[in-house]
Amino acid sequence: MKEIVIISGKGGTGKSSICAALAYVAKEELVVADCDVDAADLHLILNPKNSEVQDFYSGVLAEIDPDKCIACGLCQQICRFAAIEPHEKTYRVIDLECEGCGYCYYVCPQDAITLIDQNVGKFLISDTRYGCTLVHAHLGIGADNSGKLVAKVKSEAKTRAKTEQKAYILADGSPGIGCPVIASLAGADYVILVTESSKSGLSDLKRVQELVTKFQIPSACIVNKADINPGVTSDIHKYLAKNKIHHMGDIPYAEDFHKAIAMGRCLIEENETRWLPIFSEYWHDIKEKI
Amino acid sequence: MRIAIASGKGGTGKTFLAVNLALKAAETQTTLLMDLDVEEPNGGIFIQADAADVHKVTRAIPIWDPGACNLCGKCISWCKFNAIIKLGEMILVMPPLCHSCYACSELCPMQALPMEQQSLGEIRHLKLGKLDFTESKLDIGLEQSSPLIERTLEFADEHFGDKELQLLDSPPGTACAMVSAVKTVDYVILISEPTPFGLFDLNLAVETVRQLGLPFSVVINRDGIGNNDIYKYLEKEKIQLLAKIPHQREIAEMYSRGEIIYQQVPAVDEALNQILSKIRSLS
Repeated sequence: MKEIVIISGKGGTGKSSICAALAYVAKEELVVADCDVDAADLHLILNPKNSEVQDFYSGVLAEIDPDKCIACGLCQQICRFAAIEPHEKTYRVIDLECEGCGYCYYVCPQDAITLIDQNVGKFLISDTRYGCTLVHAHLGIGADNSGKLVAKVKSEAKTRAKTEQKAYILADGSPGIGCPVIASLAGADYVILVTESSKSGLSDLKRVQELVTKFQIPSACIVNKADINPGVTSDIHKYLAKNKIHHMGDIPYAEDFHKAIAMGRCLIEENETRWLPIFSEYWHDIKEKI
Repeated sequence: MRIAIASGKGGTGKTFLAVNLALKAAETQTTLLMDLDVEEPNGGIFIQADAADVHKVTRAIPIWDPGACNLCGKCISWCKFNAIIKLGEMILVMPPLCHSCYACSELCPMQALPMEQQSLGEIRHLKLGKLDFTESKLDIGLEQSSPLIERTLEFADEHFGDKELQLLDSPPGTACAMVSAVKTVDYVILISEPTPFGLFDLNLAVETVRQLGLPFSVVINRDGIGNNDIYKYLEKEKIQLLAKIPHQREIAEMYSRGEIIYQQVPAVDEALNQILSKIRSLS
């Protein structure tokens, strides 16, 4: 089983649209994993149903029992996150600031502190209208641990792919280069970088590729909105060639992207004559490279 | 007055709005713009000056001292982030997972895990007339952006606390990085686009700022694409629609070249006027 991850560095380059179109072409062969857990959008196209929903717990928050607290203040002194403040003669934890490190719990001489497991979100395993399984998640607001939820989504997708005897997992990643992206790269076999023809797109592509290089995963690139700035597109092509990143193709700026999303469809459902050949070729290309 | 420009979805125009708004505001008042999308900062593509000063930012990480360690393994059980493992007769600390809480270091009975400063990233600062601009960049391979965001906010308090308007270009999403950036502000401007993706992610961002108890309003970018559902949502939720920015290919082309847009597109200038008059009515 092979795991393909779509990331972009920059947001809004068309990752999810491209992921949905690839899922449409390869629906018989894959399980889809939406790893953009704090702004998951794939479900808006794939229409998940019969979802199996599970709570996801990760990390802890400290809680001070005011009846046991003797207000010695030790917890406040050692907390590096300024998450403990005086409150009605004892102390209390500011949830939003608490990092869940447990240091206060270890040092409290009165055992007045408990560490509470945190429900940081939900993950769902669903059927989709394409017939393939979608594993997705909703991260709680402002939650930490998005990387761990991504890891969970990926491991569930793997289990499903095994039982369904599917050869591929297609994962839609999140923007950036931080913890959720790093978690989506762990264990991946192939990375598809979706960039756009703008100075920001190129700058973000370089940073995310540097991260991919650290993981030593082979990568390929699709340049979206390629006709918006021909100069930058040519710079992107040069960058890809120089860094031995496989150039899968260019997609010109197309209103079909917004139109399809507005109708809850993928690009191919919006205009089959135009998009089916392109994405069939991309999928063929991906399988060949893996 | 400190204002965050945020969005649930990436690529909806946060940096576009932040940069243009900051430059326009700086025509008449002292303004600070902080690019806090530390994983992929782009503000510096649009705002350039001859001289920039760069401040290295570090954070403390425990370093294993094999001479002092008795291999008791307590540090491993204390660390809630699984950042410490034992490999044979060795203790390994994995810096990307470490949250710099100091627990292992200060609780170690043998003082075998002294803290040392390691690079986290950098803050670049430059000045352009009445505008001060900072761009923070996280070292590639590090997982947590919140510590750098918090350090940048401290840096801003220290050096630019007197600026009349402080704008903050937030990271995308609604997870810890976005909250670290947004929680310190007086007001939030959310920017989204009129598509189902834009609406779904805007709703998450709205829930987040409501939970933080912050006043906010919404700017819709690329008005004309997608459908009207986002406007119906704003009406139903009684959320102020601050301005609409029309969908024009030329705007995308100018943005792609790293250009400032409001001086070239009157509709953008008009939208910025509406936003600035709201901001000025707040203070």
